[in-house]
Amino acid sequence: MALPQKLHDEFTELVTHYPERRAGLIPALHRCQEELGGWLSPQTIEDVAAFFGLEPVEVFGVATFYPMFRLTPRGKHLVSVCHNISCTLRGAEELLAHVCHVTGSPVGGTSPDGKFSVVRVECQGACANAPMFDLDGVYHEDLDRAKAEQILRSCK
Amino acid sequence: MKDFPKYLLSRVGLPESHTLRTYRAQGGYAAIEDVLKKPWTPEQVIGVMKDSGLRGRGGAGFPTGMKWSFMPDITKDPRPRYLAVNADESEPGTCKDRVLMEKDPHGLIEGCLIACFAMRAKAAYIYVRGEYRLSYNRLQAAIDEARAAGLIGKNILGTDFSCDIWMHKGAGAYICGEETGLMESLEGKRGHPRPKPPFPAGSGLWKSPTTVNNVESIFNAPFIVKNGAEWFKSMGVPKSTGNFLLGISGHVNKPGVYELPFGLTARQIIDEVAGGVWKGRKLKAFFPGGSSTGLLPASMADVVMDHDSVKAAGSMFGTAAMIILDETASIPQVMDVTARFYDHESCGQCSQCREGTQWLHQIFRRIAHGKGSMADLDLLVSLSNGMAPAKTICALADAAAIPTLAAVKHFRHEFEECIRLGRDPLRQDTQHAPELHEAHA
Repeated sequence: MALPQKLHDEFTELVTHYPERRAGLIPALHRCQEELGGWLSPQTIEDVAAFFGLEPVEVFGVATFYPMFRLTPRGKHLVSVCHNISCTLRGAEELLAHVCHVTGSPVGGTSPDGKFSVVRVECQGACANAPMFDLDGVYHEDLDRAKAEQILRSCK
Repeated sequence: MKDFPKYLLSRVGLPESHTLRTYRAQGGYAAIEDVLKKPWTPEQVIGVMKDSGLRGRGGAGFPTGMKWSFMPDITKDPRPRYLAVNADESEPGTCKDRVLMEKDPHGLIEGCLIACFAMRAKAAYIYVRGEYRLSYNRLQAAIDEARAAGLIGKNILGTDFSCDIWMHKGAGAYICGEETGLMESLEGKRGHPRPKPPFPAGSGLWKSPTTVNNVESIFNAPFIVKNGAEWFKSMGVPKSTGNFLLGISGHVNKPGVYELPFGLTARQIIDEVAGGVWKGRKLKAFFPGGSSTGLLPASMADVVMDHDSVKAAGSMFGTAAMIILDETASIPQVMDVTARFYDHESCGQCSQCREGTQWLHQIFRRIAHGKGSMADLDLLVSLSNGMAPAKTICALADAAAIPTLAAVKHFRHEFEECIRLGRDPLRQDTQHAPELHEAHA
């Protein structure tokens, strides 16, 4: 197996931004996660390692350090609910409970139909518009239960 | 509140504020053009930055111009040199740089060009936290526009100044906001902070001279170059000059990001800027500059919000991210949440931090759940004194320990009450989400 040609070409350009090839590793892992099913499979880790001339364990060590990289498959949609201080002060725990209720997913898991995964995340820098969640890479801010439910129900 | 001149947010409300067209129509890129065509010398740019008194807006408040002057003399040290822009905004409560990057990305790019000219840097890397996708996309689009207009790349504006600006995405680790952790991460590694010395100006990215600056610090540069140091010093207080972006969140009527001059009291900001404590309640306490800065009780709300005054009050100005707690807030619960954060974010290199943040979290959690003992309060203090100040490679341990000491100092009675009652009288029973074992992203 090897990286899809499209990603291979992208990464070949990406590494020209830096004096050392390895600097492209984290942006490359992001692109793989986006393009290859929302997580980094052992195969993807191996393919990325081969591209960068690293041992797979080295890439694995980097991937496990960063909370945004997921090493297990997830549901079709990922809901990341901020539970840090500014969001907690404005009802993040209630919001999280409601998100779980609406999606049928426990925190840290996936709904039985595979449609949603729900995770807790630390501060997302949306403190003045708390509480919030990130749904598939888009921030939804100033949430209450009704607004959150409407957003989640509109997911295909 | 008196009217005061504004500049940082002067463009963000304009239509299509993120485009080159709007930026140019507002006089954008005139500062770098002046620098290149007059021409200024790099030393003159560093000089005006020093004279302005601008203090870094990323938390430490270190003078930006002085930081730039630490870069080695190019005639004696020919290594390539770099600017790294710290856009890893992750300090809880902080949401200000995001506004600049989403709404006024060209302002940051022009600032990068000026900084790179002054420090003779070959390239700037803008390290944006991975979650800030809109910031990243807006900045990338702005870089593409600027490159097409001859403002980035080789021979900028037909001069012999060449400079590249590259976007770089982080992946959710708070520690990468620490400048040496950021550099490790940018090099494609785990974000483990490096022991100092060597300092970044001597050996930074790829062992080359590097300066790491916060977004808002860099964003100030074109304004200072254009309007001069005297103009900048006419705003604020003598030792904290210019305006700053305040993020205010928590229990206020109008949370938001506001441009303010230094010199207002915390109380004025809460009442006159943020619409007062919400629901007609009273103020209990506030974090002045993010969750790493010591909590101050309401009785200290007359502190002036500038670097030195907040420090004299026993806390820190930090990133000017005020988090407001009303009278119903439970301090044990607040500390449980903030301690959980530092426990999660410790990189694990130093034992004081790796173990200490975990202990602090466990102790706060058991007190907040009515299972603490009186001995726990002394344990919190002795643990914190073992973690800080300056006992570890970076300041994350301090960020966990210092607010712990402040909370126990100012709110000991609240912790004692939780322990005595075996429950937290201020905790409201809320719905709890079902959790799997591996609950944290």
